[in-house]
Amino acid sequence: MGTETNPVSGVIAVAGSTPAAGGLHPALHAVPVKRIAPPGKWFSWNLRELADYRELLYFLVWREIKVRYKQTLIGAGWAIIQPVASMAVFSLFFGRLAKIPSGGLPYPLFFYLALLPWTYFAGALTGATNSVVENQRVITKVYFPRVLLPLSAVISGLLDFAIAFLLLVGMAVYYRVTPGPWLAFLPLFLLLAVLTALGAGLWLAGLNALYRDVRYVVPFLVQFWLFASPVAYPSSLVPAKWRALYGLNPMAGVIDGFRWAVTGENPPSVGLLAVSAVAVVVMLVAGLWFFRRMEATVADVV
Amino acid sequence: MATAAIRADGLGKRFRLGERERYLALRDVLARAVTAPFRRRPAANENGNAHIWALRDVTLEVGEGETIGIVGRNGAGKSTLLKILAGITLPTKGSAEVRGRVGSLLEVGTGFHPELTGRENIYFSGSILGMRRREIDRKFEEIVAFAGVETFLETPLKHYSSGMQLRLAFSVAAHLEPEVLLVDEVLAVGDLEFQKKCLGKMEEVTRGGRTVLFVSHNMGAIRRICTRGVWLDGGAVRMTGTAAECVDAYAASVEAPETGSGIFDLRERKDRYGTGSVRLRELRLLDSDHRPSASVEFGEPFTLVFDIECVRSTPSCYVGVTLLSSDGASVLSSHHYDSAEMRALVAGTRHTLSCQFSPNDLKPGRYSLQAGVLDYATWECVDLFSSAGDFTVEVGSGRFGRLADGRPGYAQPNLLWKWE
Repeated sequence: MGTETNPVSGVIAVAGSTPAAGGLHPALHAVPVKRIAPPGKWFSWNLRELADYRELLYFLVWREIKVRYKQTLIGAGWAIIQPVASMAVFSLFFGRLAKIPSGGLPYPLFFYLALLPWTYFAGALTGATNSVVENQRVITKVYFPRVLLPLSAVISGLLDFAIAFLLLVGMAVYYRVTPGPWLAFLPLFLLLAVLTALGAGLWLAGLNALYRDVRYVVPFLVQFWLFASPVAYPSSLVPAKWRALYGLNPMAGVIDGFRWAVTGENPPSVGLLAVSAVAVVVMLVAGLWFFRRMEATVADVV
Repeated sequence: MATAAIRADGLGKRFRLGERERYLALRDVLARAVTAPFRRRPAANENGNAHIWALRDVTLEVGEGETIGIVGRNGAGKSTLLKILAGITLPTKGSAEVRGRVGSLLEVGTGFHPELTGRENIYFSGSILGMRRREIDRKFEEIVAFAGVETFLETPLKHYSSGMQLRLAFSVAAHLEPEVLLVDEVLAVGDLEFQKKCLGKMEEVTRGGRTVLFVSHNMGAIRRICTRGVWLDGGAVRMTGTAAECVDAYAASVEAPETGSGIFDLRERKDRYGTGSVRLRELRLLDSDHRPSASVEFGEPFTLVFDIECVRSTPSCYVGVTLLSSDGASVLSSHHYDSAEMRALVAGTRHTLSCQFSPNDLKPGRYSLQAGVLDYATWECVDLFSSAGDFTVEVGSGRFGRLADGRPGYAQPNLLWKWE
């Protein structure tokens, strides 16, 4: 094997390897080579590999959605019930009774605009947290980039979001909300929500695979996060000097942005948005790093 | 010069004892972290025990198109090696290189979900095993035909019988076309007919020029399918060579400790199964001179002696023994109540049962003894060894007037023929 530039010398060939009948395999030059080594300190992301596995990502999302709706009575109706029910409760207690300022918007619309991205976020986060542990059987038997699991959880939530969005369109028509150029920013805020769910989801998915009680912490976390976000109240309630800090919660930027993008009222403060954006990037990068490190040994402990 | 399909260099894998046994809770970790400054010993050893090296310095090279059989006892590291080569877990030391798409068949039914239909499961499972969607489309008919589930494609998998699920799972896996295939004891499941089918398909796959790493306890299958072999023992490569050489060497090592004495001490053995109300202490094989021996001659009567002790009183236990031939077939079974009475046993007592095997019509060869105590009333296993020991029936010297010839069958009984 002298022709190989093998950095490690002393490879002992097993009983002399002979070429297969017919010489070189015809497809050898096109064949992927995988190098296996102990995990290093820093991580590298093999983007080509992820692109290779895009079909599996599709199937993971597809399976998630199919299984969720099989044998259900109302099926897609569940996507609407949760935000609508929350909206009704919030409208009654925070709106009518507590009379929080809604910036001129009718209460149902005010709350639904926030609950729509929030419901998506809470669902995506919970789904991502459990994604690795739920698939432990597959993880220990087959190789595929593990990041596809929380990623597919975060993506499959978008279907429910789309269904609930239809109701929003109906509400906007009912309340005679005229769309303006600010609507173009809506996908941006949605993206922010997706990335937040992914960033936090990567952390929680990894932690959950290592320590099983993380799963029980998540409902509390989501609950706390809900009240830390401007869902039940507008972010204008937060004193101006704290608003930048408040923006560390990326969902603050998302929800403010949603409300503004649809109605054009109460544009979010740029400072808050900027802080949110930076927070998301940091959370995402840190999440990717942590997940990558955990990925190395997850099959041993899950 | 052809490059190797798989090259492993000094692979090592270390597991922390207890890693798989107990799920860590975050509160435990936090508690440990808080008390760490007050503890004398470093946190890594707080479990009190060491690490185990499941793989030690494994170096090997597999050329393209070769089929390598990996043999070894349970816990020798075979599955760990496959998992590392598949990329499922990373090694602690060493490195490896694998050329080609890798298909891992480490279990049957990877990715199957009971709520999805047969069709949907084929697509999902195929995808997770590494097939492209177009590939699955192309092979869909074949996969369905091989599994024989045409009429059930739109039924959810949970309504399939276990046999059908198995066939479908194997069918999907069998149509994988990776350059490198890693197979781990997949053929150990299913009925005989299914196993035969799998074996046939495996042979077909290996003839296609694929590189295959095959882990199995089925020595016959390894001999049939593999060209070369690797014997892993205690995580290290003990031997490499042709498949037949490795299988023989491994098989000989397993049998060696018991051979020679004819006395099988079962007291400390862990591979027993049952409620434990009565325990088998020792099994002895006595030849026609009533001396313990690991081999008897064809035609020569022998005696099996069972020493048992009663742990909990029981009214209806019996001792049974089954002889298995070297290819795993059950030759015969005998229970002590066939000719001796069933006795109620009292806790704390010890007893000895003997079973005289006369005449001995067993054909020469190696036989394995499956021995156990069972409960007649409840059909429970009380103390069962699926492999208590082995012995050999030698070709006779004609001492007892008979010689075995090469006729078929497990026994050569002396039947009474008469001209009428």
